Amino acid sequence: MKLRDYIIRRLILLIPILLGVTLLTFTVSHIIPADVARVFAGGEKANPETIARIRAEMHLDDPLYKQYYYYLNDLIHGNLGKSYSENRPVVDAIKQYFPATAELTVLAMLLAIPIGIITGIISAVRRNQWIDHVTRLIAITGVSIPIFWLALMLQIAFAYKYPILPLDSRLGIDVMAPKHITGLYIFDSLVTGNFAALKSSIYHLILPAFTLGYASLGIILRITRSSMLEIVRSDYIRTARAKGLKERTVIYKHALRNALIPTLTVSGLIFAGLLGGAVLTETIFNWPGMGRFAVNAVNNLDFSSVMGFTVIMAIIMVTANLIVDILYSVLDPRIRLGE
Amino acid sequence: MSKYIIEAENVKKYFPIKGGVFSKVVGYVKAVDDVSLKIEKGTCMALVGESGCGKTTFGRVLLKLIEPDAGKILFEGKDLAKVKGKKLREMRKDMQMVFQDPNSSLDPRFTVKNIIGEPFSNFTNIKGEELVKRILELLNLVGLKKEHLYRYPHEFSGGQRQRIAVARAIALDPKFIVLDEPTSALDVSVQAKILNLFQDLQEKFDLSYLFITHDLSVAKHMADNIGVMYVGKLVETSATEPLFEEPLHPYTQALLSAIPVADPEYKVERIILKGDVPSPANPPSGCRFHPRCPKAMEICSKEEPELKKVGDGRLVACHLY
Repeated sequence: MKLRDYIIRRLILLIPILLGVTLLTFTVSHIIPADVARVFAGGEKANPETIARIRAEMHLDDPLYKQYYYYLNDLIHGNLGKSYSENRPVVDAIKQYFPATAELTVLAMLLAIPIGIITGIISAVRRNQWIDHVTRLIAITGVSIPIFWLALMLQIAFAYKYPILPLDSRLGIDVMAPKHITGLYIFDSLVTGNFAALKSSIYHLILPAFTLGYASLGIILRITRSSMLEIVRSDYIRTARAKGLKERTVIYKHALRNALIPTLTVSGLIFAGLLGGAVLTETIFNWPGMGRFAVNAVNNLDFSSVMGFTVIMAIIMVTANLIVDILYSVLDPRIRLGE
Repeated sequence: MSKYIIEAENVKKYFPIKGGVFSKVVGYVKAVDDVSLKIEKGTCMALVGESGCGKTTFGRVLLKLIEPDAGKILFEGKDLAKVKGKKLREMRKDMQMVFQDPNSSLDPRFTVKNIIGEPFSNFTNIKGEELVKRILELLNLVGLKKEHLYRYPHEFSGGQRQRIAVARAIALDPKFIVLDEPTSALDVSVQAKILNLFQDLQEKFDLSYLFITHDLSVAKHMADNIGVMYVGKLVETSATEPLFEEPLHPYTQALLSAIPVADPEYKVERIILKGDVPSPANPPSGCRFHPRCPKAMEICSKEEPELKKVGDGRLVACHLY
């Protein structure tokens, strides 16, 4: 099995990447001239005994290489350390925040990828006609509107002026969260039959998912359009027309498959990027996700959380790239993996 | 039934040139300007001329891959302008095209089986084993093998790819094929093989060809009749042999004198044309060839010569005759 060997090889490559990432974040977070122990102990007037206890607990008095060794040792055992700002293990915090972000991301991408591809095709096929101008306007606004502004405008329009949708957070305050299975509220509430939570969580998802999806849609639309335009003019599309194929077959069977590679690349990167949390969107919609977690951790000098976040992000990025690479070979037979 | 497979009458194709802030049409590239041509059934007509003289555009217009702006095209006596949509797609079975560059004219995501099989699944009910059998017959016909069936275009050489393109074009027994410089992207040794393949197929299936080329020796080898194009116009048509023995139009004479002869002792008087090919967006007045013509007369810059019958079935657009 060539594909299996290829995947294994790529996963082995993950090790040096993670080493590099941890080394970098570890170094940066430990050369910052701040007394972390004092911050966690309560600041200026903290009890010296407490500070000393925290210093010992965090091995802050050991030389750096020893601290790094402790850190790696923990990491190998799946322990990302303790988050002082949350007062619980980093792993637990991520377990809580990641599903929220994942749910938001998946919904945003479900919106952005199909609509982006379809409008991109229409725009390319009907080049310079009114529908093309409209879709290009959508694309350019999606790419250029600042995301925080869009989020605020949506809140003003749909939560304040015409209050049909909730302003922020994942659930209404009067709704019980579904029993924790995956942490994805839609999934969990469906499985447990908690329809009040299902309805509420869908309502709460609409605005933030639209905000995130709209920006991604613009990028995907533009990429699809430009690669379709290039391919529609190629010789084998002319061949396909000369064969007497229906225009639909020409576009969807011959042109689209060839045009999808750049779209796939971009979608993969956006997807992975969003899984790391969309800081602005999550902040404005008060969404308890990875982005907000990371920003809080940075603001509170909570380095073990920052490093935990970085490691998870590195793994997500590498995995997403691997999946995209595998999909390449499905789309394009000229790309053979592992050769 | 008409004795001609295809008749083109006064066909014009102008491409607009857009310019300015509001992309107004500021002029036209007269790619094909008033060209009439008939091809008899079972014959091969070569269309020769320099790059950019409108040969390829004319070939595509003939198959209605591009809409002509004016003129009439009859395919077996039927007016192509009146055939649209589904009927036109049906007719594409009978008229096919082989493109210049086999590297780009085959969909890179399709296997040979799918490339050649697609016309069948599109127009017929042939499926499964029967389809594979038909495809293998076609592969055999163009000199490819069974093991090539599931390979992709990039796994073949240029000559083999062109063979795939040919197999695809003849899949549904067409009557007329436009060959648009089908060998210019290939090595000389491969060229000869592909040309012979075209001739074999013509004999076998009674095909008619329009053979677009800029290589006069290839035209001589392949064609029964030859048409010479210059800046969007047909300047001379003739049966092949008389044209090579005694070219009438000064442009044809210049073209023929440029054919290299495989004999170092042989001294040929080359007619060197002055100047460059004029732009088809802004062709010269009168005869388009007059600024470069060694035999230009006063009338040439004023009046455009018509295609006149000279001798046995030959047509020439020149004031000399």
